[in-house]
Amino acid sequence: MRDVLRHHLFWPVAALVALLVANTVARPGFLAVTVRDGHLFGAPVDILRTTAPLLLVALGMTLVIATRGIDLSVGAVVAVSGAVALSHLASAPDPAAPGTVLTAIGLALALCLVLGVWNGFLVSVLGIQPIIATLILMTAGRGVAMLITGGMITTVNSAPFKVLGSGFWLGLPTAAVLAFGVFAVVAYVVRRTALGMLLEATGINPAASRLSGVRSRTLTWTVYAASGLFAGLAGLLISADTMAADANNAGLFIELDAILAVVIGGTALSGGKFNLSGTLVGALVIATLERTVTVLGISPLVTPLFMALVVIAVTLLQSPRMRERLTAVRRRPTTGAQRPAARPDPTEVTAG
Amino acid sequence: MTTSAPARWTAALPVRLDRRYLPVLGTFVVLALMLVVGGTRYDNFLTPAVVSNLFINNAHLVVLAVGMTFVILTGGIDLSVGAVLALSTVVTAALLQAGWPVPVVLPLAVGVGTVIGLAHGLMIHYFQVQPFVATLAGMFFARGLCFLIAPESIAIGDPAFVGLASWVQIAGQWRMTSSVLIALIVLGLAFLVLHLTRFGRTVYAIGGGEQSALLMGLPVARTKVLAYVVSGTCAGLGGLLFAMYSRSGYSLTGVAMELDAIAAVVIGGTLLTGGTGFVLGSVLGVLVLGLIQTIITFEGTLSSWWTRIVIGVLLLVFVLLQRALSLRRT
Repeated sequence: MRDVLRHHLFWPVAALVALLVANTVARPGFLAVTVRDGHLFGAPVDILRTTAPLLLVALGMTLVIATRGIDLSVGAVVAVSGAVALSHLASAPDPAAPGTVLTAIGLALALCLVLGVWNGFLVSVLGIQPIIATLILMTAGRGVAMLITGGMITTVNSAPFKVLGSGFWLGLPTAAVLAFGVFAVVAYVVRRTALGMLLEATGINPAASRLSGVRSRTLTWTVYAASGLFAGLAGLLISADTMAADANNAGLFIELDAILAVVIGGTALSGGKFNLSGTLVGALVIATLERTVTVLGISPLVTPLFMALVVIAVTLLQSPRMRERLTAVRRRPTTGAQRPAARPDPTEVTAG
Repeated sequence: MTTSAPARWTAALPVRLDRRYLPVLGTFVVLALMLVVGGTRYDNFLTPAVVSNLFINNAHLVVLAVGMTFVILTGGIDLSVGAVLALSTVVTAALLQAGWPVPVVLPLAVGVGTVIGLAHGLMIHYFQVQPFVATLAGMFFARGLCFLIAPESIAIGDPAFVGLASWVQIAGQWRMTSSVLIALIVLGLAFLVLHLTRFGRTVYAIGGGEQSALLMGLPVARTKVLAYVVSGTCAGLGGLLFAMYSRSGYSLTGVAMELDAIAAVVIGGTLLTGGTGFVLGSVLGVLVLGLIQTIITFEGTLSSWWTRIVIGVLLLVFVLLQRALSLRRT
């Protein structure tokens, strides 16, 4: 029990389970998944689909945060990606032609990669603080997206492109398959090679890691480029879902949601040790929370309030001071050598 | 090495301007250039009416930027100011609609910001939550609370409040509203507090190095919490000014306004790492942002999104400038 409580994923998973329980209590059939037309349907599948873009953005964000950085520009990149893809489709004679769709996707991803490389250049070569370096693109990016769409909300019909957002593949939503697939590949590459350790080394002490032969600059540059690319992919999923490129509202606040997902997952913003499985749980918590609010019949506009409460609870529980206090509470009964006294403690902690 | 370098510079060039003023001077030059370019390009640009409007339209942002400067000087950041501003406008409008008297409503609206700022400070200092995360949570909290209080926009019709909001002092073509007056008073107070009080010097000391400040025996905990209280209070007051300006309370006001405030502070020459910067610089930053908007309106053919792009480019220029300055120093 003690090991479970101390595990870094305990509080995030507890939050997720609590949300799922609240949903099931409010609507008993919440967890039911049915098969219709060979596709899976149900609230859990829906949550997986809505998690997809956030998961991609949070994945890039985790890597960036691991190197002691932060990427505020992802929301703007999401908007740019959708704007580029849909503008290309709208200007093409046949938006449904596979070639056109592939070019649109390629163009959008390439531009987002360039934006990521630009962020990486500012941070790793010019040595500008990440928060400021990415703030520049965060401010200008939406302007650029509007420039691309001409200030309009571009809408277009293209069945092959729409599959990205609301289609199904092997019975599962394409968006979810894509996002979780990318996540799995990146997690595998990062954790099964030395890459993850090198990233942590860069985050813990850039100077020391450089002196010991880690190519910190290249690594930092790479993670910003990756973050831009993943945000671009997320932008494609979001714009394919609505089939509209809204430069003002696409991916609005997704950078904040992504940072929250990372923080809920137990990765500290101060860099170094990072935790991809935590980010996955964090993204699921946020998507489930949004779902919960609608299930409970509360206006979705109040969602931020609940988000704030979850974040405050999780960050306070993970804060060093609170951890000290919790371990002190747990240690007391063992030193007091009173077995019965040890019993109420775990429940007290779970309730708190 | 870093600290001894400025001393060497001043020793070599005694008449040389203090390096700390260079970024602010840069902002001032940009502002002057924009005024000159605007004045030569458009008729009626350099008129008292335009300049008065620049202040009237940005009074709330001046107050936000002043509060933000305190927090950034300590090396922190406050992402919640836009949402707290909205909360304050909503609280003002809702309470006035419920028939509460103005002398009670005004302190309450500002107090909302103070309380949220205090909560940030406590979370950041005592629970060691990063400022970014704590104020992000505060932003969501305030925004959610706004919708809980009033999902729709509430118009303010209270005669006493409207009277206060429409107080205008006219001298020739110059106009001065009560919100501009309040903003200028806040600016003056902030300047005095930062440069003439123990609290102000401690703020700079914490930004320069929290560990050193602690070892010097400075009241780090109190000062750090107070900096967030100042920022929160300023956001609350900013909301009041915005409510006066728009005569309404709406939960979607001030979306991304925290970015404008941060951009103004950075353009004004304050380093985000803390310890260097001036509150007057932040106000110059606000004026630069406001002037971009004015010029784009005067130009007429440019679309509104150019504002964002220009602000981004300007941010880039200033950041590169600061970077070059700090590189030359080392």
